[in-house]
Amino acid sequence: MSKSYKYSVPVAVGALGLLTLVSPVLAQDATKAATPATMTMDAKYVFNTLLFLIGGFLVMWMAAGFAMLEAGLVRSKNVSMQCTKNIALFSIAGLMYWVVGYNLMYDGVDGGFWGSFSVKNFPLPGNDTGDYSASSDWFFQMVFCATTASIVSGTLAERIKIWPFLIFTVLLTGFIYPITGSWEWGTGWLDKMGFSDFAGSTLVHSVGGWAALAGALILGARIGKYGKDGRVHPMPGSSMPLATLGTFILWLGWFGFNGASQLAMGTISDAASVSKIFVNTNMAAAAGVMVAIALTQILYKKIDVTMALNGALAGLVSITAEPLMPSVLQAVIIGGIGGVIVVFTVPLLDKLKIDDVVGAIPVHLVAGIWGTMIVPWSNTEVAFSVQALGVVSIGAFVFISSSIVWLALKATIGIRPTEEQERLGLDVTEIGVEAYPEFAKGGSAV
Amino acid sequence: MKYIIAIIKPHKLDDVRSALADAGIEGITITEVKGHGRQKGHAEIYRGAEYQVNFLPKVKIEVALDDNLVESAVSTITKAAWTDKIGDGKIFVLPLEAATRIRTGETGEDAI
Repeated sequence: MSKSYKYSVPVAVGALGLLTLVSPVLAQDATKAATPATMTMDAKYVFNTLLFLIGGFLVMWMAAGFAMLEAGLVRSKNVSMQCTKNIALFSIAGLMYWVVGYNLMYDGVDGGFWGSFSVKNFPLPGNDTGDYSASSDWFFQMVFCATTASIVSGTLAERIKIWPFLIFTVLLTGFIYPITGSWEWGTGWLDKMGFSDFAGSTLVHSVGGWAALAGALILGARIGKYGKDGRVHPMPGSSMPLATLGTFILWLGWFGFNGASQLAMGTISDAASVSKIFVNTNMAAAAGVMVAIALTQILYKKIDVTMALNGALAGLVSITAEPLMPSVLQAVIIGGIGGVIVVFTVPLLDKLKIDDVVGAIPVHLVAGIWGTMIVPWSNTEVAFSVQALGVVSIGAFVFISSSIVWLALKATIGIRPTEEQERLGLDVTEIGVEAYPEFAKGGSAV
Repeated sequence: MKYIIAIIKPHKLDDVRSALADAGIEGITITEVKGHGRQKGHAEIYRGAEYQVNFLPKVKIEVALDDNLVESAVSTITKAAWTDKIGDGKIFVLPLEAATRIRTGETGEDAI
């Protein structure tokens, strides 16, 4: 998703056809006076902007997907809390990305390590010219920032206080995400070295995953999750229908996430690329699901629906670093290995006593690394060594900076509720509204 | 008078209820309960980790009835709730000291 567009030469007939769709008046004028070149620029602007807007609201809706996925995978006594975190983090991301995030990521990075600490100024519609609307670009980039924050929410569910989580979100969306984002998409030093991350396997998903991992290590596991004898005590989620709905919403949103990361749709070549990305994105998710289904059937004698859902997301994250160049078969293999990652990494985290409630670390961090490292397989212009450098440098920055923030919050206002509050459920103790008051009274249900 | 408490599989409730009605037993109270017997529940796997489901959902049926109906009631429930698989449940018969119909004040066998 770098800002250097590669427009192919538009076909004049195609451009005229587009214009007829966009504006009949313009098209009629065109037949009299205007030259084909100016018409092409208008059509490009309209279609590029349309891609940003459609992709943007699809990715915005992924916030709903995360909210439902997490609501379904936590116990019923923590569902209102999870809903609150998700609506709040999306709002914080929007505000912070305006106050400082966008310019820190994109304004004057020029091979460096960050942009400018300034508020994003939106041009008036009359001045919003160029290859696309600047407002549509900001909107599209903002929802990616919000996605990063959503990833952290799920891992730390059921045992974190609301305010320290929201303060962390302010720093993640305003500073941590934009700084590492500037290294690549803001044309910073990693971009200059030839690092490639088309739609954000590393820049979005691994960044969220590293922040979540740092939080999970500092916060600790939920009470009772790991027994003294080393036994793992599963805490099944409250609603498989919600978790499934959330996964489907995320899958839908991903067509905006990857497809619109082509950043342009004003030429036949770009439109074809966006469409190819849709196909690859879908295939990777489908393969992730079927691999997770097959593996859990073989390993556990029953299909684990939550692993199938995670498999879809791991497939999607895996293809996100390069959704355009792979053949369909390559996309299937890349996404399928995402499914393998989920089935084996989820129990591995439990062995390490890292409590990840929704599986965000396997899905977003591990599959994100996998997706980034496999880019050279289909895109021969990209070097493994530079991909590895990007994974390690971004991982180190996000993990260390997140750890500092979490430790500072822990030392000051505290990040964990009391044992009694955690046992009662955060819906009652933090929010005061139970998700399902008709069915569970006083949050006493286990 | 006797008091029968039967623990059965939830999906057999309709069969047991209609069989008891056919046998002339009119009063029945049920509760959704959870419990385990000799098998102590079963193991499931969630996200790669095994866990015990110790308490399985059951339905508890309570019936108060005349002494002379006890034998047929027990055999009726046994037949209707039977699946030949583990977890079919139990039937307990207890002595019943007294009964009162609240609306009329009738007592004893007249009340049940």
